[in-house]
Amino acid sequence: MTSLKVFIVARTIALIPTVLILVTLVFFIMRVLPGDPVIAIVGMKAPMERVIELKKELGLIDEKGDEIPLIIQYFNYLGRLVQGDLGKSLIWGKRPVIVEIMEHLPATIELAIVGFIVSIVIGIILGTLGASKGGKANSAVKIYSAIAYALFIPWIGMMFQLVFSVWLKILPVGGRIGVGLEPPTYTGLYIIDSLVSGRIDSLISSLRHITLPAVTLGLVISGVFSRVTRASVEEVLRQDFVVAARARGLSEYKIMLHVLKNSFIPILTMMGLQLALLMTGAVLTETTFSWPGMGTFLLERIQYRDYTTVQGTVVFFAIIVALMNLIVDICYAYIDPRIRY
Amino acid sequence: MNTFRPILTKLVPRIPLTTIGIAGLLMVLLVISMAIFADFLTPYDPTKSVGLSLQPPSLQYPFGTNKVGQDMWSRTVHGARTMLIVVALSTVISIVIGVPLGLISGYVGGLLDRVLTMVMDAIYAFPSLILAIAIAAALGPGIINTAISIAVVYVPTYFRMVRGQTLNVKSQLYVEAAVAIGAKQTSILLKYIFPNVIFVVIAVFTLSVADVVLTEAALSFFGLSVPAPTPDWGFDLRAGHPYLVSGYWWLVTFPGLMIIILAVGFTLLGESISEYLGLREVKV
Repeated sequence: MTSLKVFIVARTIALIPTVLILVTLVFFIMRVLPGDPVIAIVGMKAPMERVIELKKELGLIDEKGDEIPLIIQYFNYLGRLVQGDLGKSLIWGKRPVIVEIMEHLPATIELAIVGFIVSIVIGIILGTLGASKGGKANSAVKIYSAIAYALFIPWIGMMFQLVFSVWLKILPVGGRIGVGLEPPTYTGLYIIDSLVSGRIDSLISSLRHITLPAVTLGLVISGVFSRVTRASVEEVLRQDFVVAARARGLSEYKIMLHVLKNSFIPILTMMGLQLALLMTGAVLTETTFSWPGMGTFLLERIQYRDYTTVQGTVVFFAIIVALMNLIVDICYAYIDPRIRY
Repeated sequence: MNTFRPILTKLVPRIPLTTIGIAGLLMVLLVISMAIFADFLTPYDPTKSVGLSLQPPSLQYPFGTNKVGQDMWSRTVHGARTMLIVVALSTVISIVIGVPLGLISGYVGGLLDRVLTMVMDAIYAFPSLILAIAIAAALGPGIINTAISIAVVYVPTYFRMVRGQTLNVKSQLYVEAAVAIGAKQTSILLKYIFPNVIFVVIAVFTLSVADVVLTEAALSFFGLSVPAPTPDWGFDLRAGHPYLVSGYWWLVTFPGLMIIILAVGFTLLGESISEYLGLREVKV
């Protein structure tokens, strides 16, 4: 086996305890903490049959009505989890949690991707400007980089809604697409689906809906990129080849292209590190803009005390983030042969 | 030799703050004084209905009134208290759990260290807000419960930094000397190692406190923090949001602005202090 393959295998095996710890943590948080979830769901005055039925659904008692010990409940849960079974929702259609998650996942992925692109564009432009102009512009970018993350997403989002939706009335206040404009499903990402199916009306509507949420999310995350771009570009600008290029009379624009190309590795590294932040930001953005993704879904189910769905969604988040970190690590190892296990 | 002294002498006499740091300090002081003098600054009870519903800002109600006729100025000023109490409580809880665990883990080593590190790393890698949401949802609303939910997220940060520094200090000559003269394990840990590790706590605090503010604001924005009618910025942001489309801008503008003033203030102050201490940026 090549050393890269060894790295991938070792890194994947190392993922198992991490995920197991998180799953265990979430399981016990939902079970052991004070308050009886069954009473919380059905209320104090619920009939006994309803309580028993719910306890069976939650896996708290077996068919005969005997209590299942917590540790057995835990292993039962792990057993189902390995098979991709996150349990069934406690409300409405009592549908499998994994099915409901899959319905909401594409919306979050779409928002995250577009928001990420916005943040990289803002970050690289500001960072390059700061480093190349110097002086006041540089200080301004420095301050922006520091405070961007502290701009509370819901408030920034609401100010955008106020200006662009309520006062100027040029962009929708929330939602993902206009009524009846959903494109046929291929990927679940509306922008791509409407392109593939050639639905121009759907494309325009989904782009109009994603603008404010993506800009809000992008703005708040862009600080880390403007910071790392500024630092990296500043360093590359000091290198000899820049002086040589200037001496040869290259235009500033062309020089900047060379500089950017050479300052890209730290920016790429930073991108991988921001994935967890992106998830957190997406949850806040979604709830602000009624964006029907994972965050909105999770909070809606918390309000309905749908405990299996809440637990399943949190576990799903844990697995997704762990997998994303794995992919990022493998990419680094691929790019940089010095990174080995 | 002793890593604590130089940093202490740097820190204690006077930290020459940059302009940015002073701006941050002023913003934080503004919020702290709002919390302290809330009763003098506000004419109304923030939890009671004192006027007509949804009145725009006026001389009588500087920040307007909300749906139930509460004075938004009184709520915004009193909201500073709720925020600062939760921030202080959750910081104390994460320090009380994270610091001793980090010390013991780093000092004792072995299997205990490996297990603890693995658990802490797993929590650390998880998107912090989602973990806080899960715990807050399980615990139910309340100031203490919110503080616990936030604290759990920051325990690994304190743990990691303290453990790292403990490993550093452990290998110093004076610790070896203490072992050689037969000092007790507990006294080595408490007298020789702990004082040289404690500055890490200050570092983690300055770099993470803005994040704590944002997490509290997020939890209360999700309705998972303090119960109504406690004045709370995130809660008011959520409560005012449905009226935004009808043009009632004052319901969300002022509480949200306060969250940002406090978070930005702490960030600028933290940047300035950590730049001065020469601390490398730590992910918090």
